[in-house]
This record gives sequence, C-alpha cells and structure tokens, in this order.
Amino acid sequence: MENSGTETLKVVLFQLNHETFGVPVDQVLSIERVPEMTRVPNTAEYVSGVMNLRGSVIPVIDVSLRLRMGRIKETKDTRIIVVDVGDFQVGLMVGSANEVIDIDPQSIEETPDIVGGAEARYIRGVAKKADNLLILLNLKRVLNEEEVAEIKKIKV
Amino acid sequence: MDMSQYLGVFIDEAREHLQNLNDKLMELEDRAEDSELMNSIFRSAHTLKGSSGQMGFGNMMELTHKMENVFDALRHRQIQVSSAIIDTVFETLDLLEAMIDRIEQGEDDSVDVSETAAKLQRIAGGSDGGGKKSSKPAVSRREQDQAGASLSHLEKTAARVRLTDYEQAVIGQALEQKLNVFDVSVTLRQDCMMKAVRALMVSNALEELGTIIKSIPSTQEIEQEAFDRQIIFVIATEKGASDVRSSVLHVSELEDVEVQAAASELDERKKGDKETAREKQAGSFSKGGERGDQVQKPKKPKRRVAAAKTIRVSLDRLDRLMNLFEEMIIDRSRLERIASSSDDFALKEAVDAMSRISGQLQETVLNLRMETVEQVFNRFPRMVRQLSKELGKKVNLVISGAETELDRTVLDEIGDPLMHMIRNSMDHGIEQPDVRRKLGKNPTGTLNMRAYHSGNHVFIEIEDDGAGINREKVLAKAVDKGIVSAEGAGGLSDKEVYHLLFASGFSTADKISDISGRGVGLDVVESKINALSGTVTVDSSPGQGTKFTIKLPLTLSIITAMLIQSGDEVYAIPITSIEETALRRQVQVRSVHRQNVITYRDKVVPLVDLRDFLKIPGKTSEPVHSEDAGSGSIVIARHGNQCFGIEAEQLIGYQDIVIKPLGNYLKRVKGFSGATILGDGRVVLILDCQSMIKV
Repeated sequence: MENSGTETLKVVLFQLNHETFGVPVDQVLSIERVPEMTRVPNTAEYVSGVMNLRGSVIPVIDVSLRLRMGRIKETKDTRIIVVDVGDFQVGLMVGSANEVIDIDPQSIEETPDIVGGAEARYIRGVAKKADNLLILLNLKRVLNEEEVAEIKKIKV
Repeated sequence: MDMSQYLGVFIDEAREHLQNLNDKLMELEDRAEDSELMNSIFRSAHTLKGSSGQMGFGNMMELTHKMENVFDALRHRQIQVSSAIIDTVFETLDLLEAMIDRIEQGEDDSVDVSETAAKLQRIAGGSDGGGKKSSKPAVSRREQDQAGASLSHLEKTAARVRLTDYEQAVIGQALEQKLNVFDVSVTLRQDCMMKAVRALMVSNALEELGTIIKSIPSTQEIEQEAFDRQIIFVIATEKGASDVRSSVLHVSELEDVEVQAAASELDERKKGDKETAREKQAGSFSKGGERGDQVQKPKKPKRRVAAAKTIRVSLDRLDRLMNLFEEMIIDRSRLERIASSSDDFALKEAVDAMSRISGQLQETVLNLRMETVEQVFNRFPRMVRQLSKELGKKVNLVISGAETELDRTVLDEIGDPLMHMIRNSMDHGIEQPDVRRKLGKNPTGTLNMRAYHSGNHVFIEIEDDGAGINREKVLAKAVDKGIVSAEGAGGLSDKEVYHLLFASGFSTADKISDISGRGVGLDVVESKINALSGTVTVDSSPGQGTKFTIKLPLTLSIITAMLIQSGDEVYAIPITSIEETALRRQVQVRSVHRQNVITYRDKVVPLVDLRDFLKIPGKTSEPVHSEDAGSGSIVIARHGNQCFGIEAEQLIGYQDIVIKPLGNYLKRVKGFSGATILGDGRVVLILDCQSMIKV
C-alpha cells in the first residue's frame, strides 16, 4: 500500500450499518453534530444538502447511500465528518464517529476478493483492529462523481 | 544593497513610463512638431533606462537605450517622425512590457530583442551621420559617473559640483523657465545607521519638490552606501529655499542641510567653462521653440510621486478582510433579527447604529478593491490605431470616465469583451472614409468609450457613429442560420433583433475579416459579461451609429437579493435579475403547449413554478389555473433580453447577502450561482436565472 513506512497511520473510526470504517486523520478537519441542512435540487441523491460550517458552505453526502447501503437513519449519534480532499471540503454523514486509533500500515490488506462488486472500488484496504475488521475508505473515489457514472454503466 | 525591496516600485514605475510612452507616441504621430511632447517621451525613456540599469536589468537597459537614441535623433530633428518609426517603437514597448511581466513573475529580463534592437539602431543611426549625437545622453551619463567618482572626497572638494554639458543645459533651461535651481548639501549625522536609506529619503523629498538634476554621489553610489556623510543635490524647483530646506529636514538623522541658489555661480562657471558646448545645447533645445509650454514640466514628476504615496497590500489580505467582513454581515442580519423581535429599546438603538456603521464599513471595504477602469481603457488607443491602419479606416477614439472605479476581479475580466466590441464597431460599424464622405459624414469616424457609475452599477458604453445595424440583414442572417424561425422573425422588436448579434454562430460580415466576423466574438462577450452578473444591450439607429451598453455590478461578493419561499425552502434571486414582482392574483396565467405563460408588458413570457422546477417536497401547490390561487407571488426575472416569471408561494423581501461559492464538489450542479448564509445561520441557494431560462 501507499503507506508502507514504519510509522503508524492515525485513523478516525466511524460506524455505518454495524460496520466499522476509517478515514485517515490527516484528511479530517472536524467532526460535527448534524446541523440544519439545505437541500440542493438537481443533484445526486446521496448529496444530503449543504450546511453552514462556521461561515463556509459545505456539501454533505450520505456515505451510506453512496456506498449503496441504503439511506442513513439519523439518530442522536449521527455525525458529520468534515474532510478535506485537496480540491474541496465535504461533510460525510455517518452513523457515529467515536475514536481515533493508530494502525500499523503493514496490517492493511488489499481488498479481499470476497468484498467484490462495485463497492470495492471505494475501499482502500482492510485493517485488523483487535478482533474486528475495519474498512479504510478511498475518499478520492468515494467523492468522485465521474466514478458513479462509470459504475452505473457497468451495472446496466 | 538588496534591490528586491525596490522591485515593486520599479515595476510600477516602469509600467507607468511605458504607458506614458504609449500615450504620448500616439499623440506624437499627429503632433510631430510638439517639442514638449517629444521631451516628455524622451524623459520617460531616459528614466526607464536609468532605473532598469540600477535594478541590474541589462537587457532592458540596452533596449531602452537604443530606443532613447531614436527619440534623441527625433528630438534633434535628425530624423522625421514616420509611421514606420512609431511602429518600431511600439514594438519595442511591447518587448519592454514583456520584460516587465517576466520580472514581475520573478524571472529575469531575457526576452529576445535582437530584431527590434537592430531596427532601432538602423533608425537612429541611419540619418544620424556620426551616431555621436544620438548617443549623447549616454555619454553625459558616463561623464556624470566619472564626475561622481572623482569627487569621492567630497568634504575637501565640497566647493562644488562639476556639471556636464548636458546638465548645464538642463539647468540653463530650468532657469529660463523661471525655476529656482538650488544646490542642496545634506550632511548625515555621524551615528546615522542607514545612510543609504536616509539619503534616498532626502532624494525622494526633493523629487517631490522638483527635478533632481544631479546628485553627488550618484544614486547608484548612494544605494551601495559608497559615500561618506555628505550628499549634494542640484535641483530645479518652483519652491523657495526655505521650503526645500524644511521638506528635507523631515528626514531624521541629518546633521545639517544647506540650501544655496546655484544659479549665479553656475552662470559664472558656464561662462568660463565651455562656451561652445552651451551654445550647441541651447541651440538644439530652442529649435523646437514654444518654450512656454515647458513651464509645466517639473510638475509632472511631482504629481507622480504624490500619487504614488500609497502602500501596497496584497490582494490576499484584502480578500481576507473581505471574508471577515462578510462574516460580520451575516452576524449583523442575525442581530437585526433578534433586535426586531425584542422590546429592548436600547438594544434596538445599538443595533441600528451598528447597521449604519457597518454599511459605511461595507462601502469602505469594497472600495479597497476598486481600481479605475483607466488601466483597461489604456490599451485601446493603440489597438484602435493599429486596427484603423489594417482596415484602412480613420477612427478617432474618445475615452471618457476613465476614472470610474470597478472591483478588481471585474476589471481583470472585462478587457477581452471590450476589445471584441471595439473590434466589432470598427469593423462593422464605422464605414470606409470615402463612403463616409459620400454620406456627408466626417471621413474620420468617432468611437466613444464611456464609463460611468449609476446606483449599484457601472456602465460602460461603446458608441460609434457608423452605419448602424441593418435590421433586415441581421434578421435574414439569423433565419438563415436557424437562430430564429422565419415566422418568429417578424414579431421581434428592434432591440431583440440587435441582440441576435450576441447569439452564438452569428456573423453579419459579408466577408470574413481578420478583425472580427468569425462569429465567435460577440457571443463570447455576452457569456463573459453574464458570468460577471452583468448585461449587454445594443441600441442602433441606421446611418447614425450603434451603441453597446454594458452594465456591471459594482462588486461581486455582496449583493442585494430577493428571498422567495416555496414550501419550506427559501431561495435568493439577485436583484439584478429582477424586473418586477407581482401578486399571483393580479396576473392572468394561461397555458400554451402545457407551458404556463403570463402577459408581461404586452409580451407573453413563460412562467416557472419554483415548486415544480426545483421539485420542492411537500404538498403540491394549488392548480395554477384556478382563479382563486391568490396567495402566491410572481417575480419577473430577466436574463439578457428574455423575461420569465418565477412563481413562489411567498416573497420574503430584499436583503444584502454575501455570495459563497458552492465549492468544487457541487460545481456541476445546474441552476445555482452560489449560496448564502442568512442571519439565522441557514444556508440559502442563489438562483441562477441564466440557467433557468435554458431549461
């Protein structure tokens, strides 16, 4: 993988549908409670809307819907992880975001075959954390609109 | 000494001189006999040469030097002003400008100048005979440097300044203009820490009063701190000795300032010195006659320095200030909301006061980003000259309102569209001289370019006195190109017909010319101006001319908008797009081809229901046809020449809003030009009327 150095990788963990996901902490700007959002017409379904993040207008996407796991159910634990992927900032709506852990880059494995399907494109790798598996997201892909069109074509 | 701190000043000044040269050369073509004009050109070139040399830009200095030789030859009537010479000089100016551009970007001045340099040399040398006279200023400069060097023991030889022939001639000239010439001797304090800086400050102070003819040590030596404590300046000024003294004394760390009239002693020296040289110089200066014109000469540098009394702030910082201010605007509307629903009189009063002040602050902050349109307009005289040559037409460009100010971002974008429009007017509008003569018009066409300020907008007009737009021809073409249908063509108003010029793929030129008429020009103009939230309109009367009017918002980041609501959603429409608002029940809605339409000013315009258009969730609005659907409101919006109605459930009202970008992630979302944050923190999308009309 890209991070084959000896230093550890800090990852923000979040839950979606009883699965644990992670995004590298250096891409995360902040974690927010769900604010009032404004719907954006004429856009993809998984774009939940735009929110006011201390004076900036930030789009929020429903990661669950984006990963084809169905629309997220908002609870009191629902959080928005604001990430910066170079070109833009986006809020990721997730089930809950609870901790930051260190993982050993060596323990990251390429996506196992069994994951398969279009969703595998968004996954950068799988790491072990204690007894559980943790899925590292490839944010660039998750947030790339063109990618969507491509997958849709494949599915048809 | 580190020159980088002067680089900005050098670049600004160099640009100023280049612009001056550009302007004056244009005039010179018409008024070749005007010696004041010629002198001003020469001075600019000379200063440019000097400063580029000082900054260590050898290539640039070399080229300017060659150009200066040409001016010198012109000045001394060794060669005559001709169009070919002017062209070559313009070419040189372009190269110099390219160098400045490079320098500004942190590169060096290496631009290939060999061809132009050779041309300049040929011009200057060709009629010169010896080539000696034309290089005169360079020679005297060298002499001056020598003089500076030999006088490095200033204290001992403080008894005065040796002047070259050239400098003597300049002094002589200044005296004839009834200016005072002073010999200013400045002694720095022993413990002065920054000798060079103090010396330069003195020199700046003196330059504000008049012209420094000579300084010992030379400026170069001053900058290298290659001097002891004393500096002697010879200056020509309108002011008296006490004024000179007091302005120099503003500089700190000076021990002594001595101001002496240099005139008498100079006269003596001149007599004894080089009688012949003086005569020669005086002769060459007086040939031009009209010395009266030159009285104003020393004012020029003075004004320039005064105007330059500014500080340079990077655009980034201004943007940050702007952002902070935008935050404040949002909080202001929040406070206003709180105050309006409160009974606390003191709070209301305080909020009112704050609103007023922040209104003024808004104006001030916006003004910081304003610059005059002059810098854009400046480039057009030359372009018009070039074009009129190519087209064989005679065109007089009249610019007015160049001092009108516009937001920096708008200015950066407006140059291209204006250029297209000027080209268009010159190519299609203004007729050939013989045609004009036959029509009884002045064979020289006039192109008026005006900028002015009105309300929250800046208008720029480009008006020619040419043939005007031929309605029939435009229509025929438009039908031919399939832009309008033959049936639809008849019903179009003149304005609508003229506006077809901006449709893409349209070109009325009978033959495709190099200048315009490729059909790409004007539609680019419109989209560019629309992108700046501006509009273009055309007015024309056959045989009399055509007028293009561009209307631009003063600023792009804070606008007034109408907030409208349908269901639970609120949207903003920029006031610039709004023609009128009406109550739903005042308007009769009909349906044509399943499209709702209303009549607005005797025209049928489409009506878009916001709820349907944006698929706003919630209960569907009442059937549009029912007469009792009275609670809603209609906003008549305009984009370009097209109007349409937007139906909303409620108009909330006008408000100043701060435009926030939607960001890269949503950049492909259609229908919105951005978002804004209201006082209650809610995000509201701004409708883009341009995209609505295309749906």
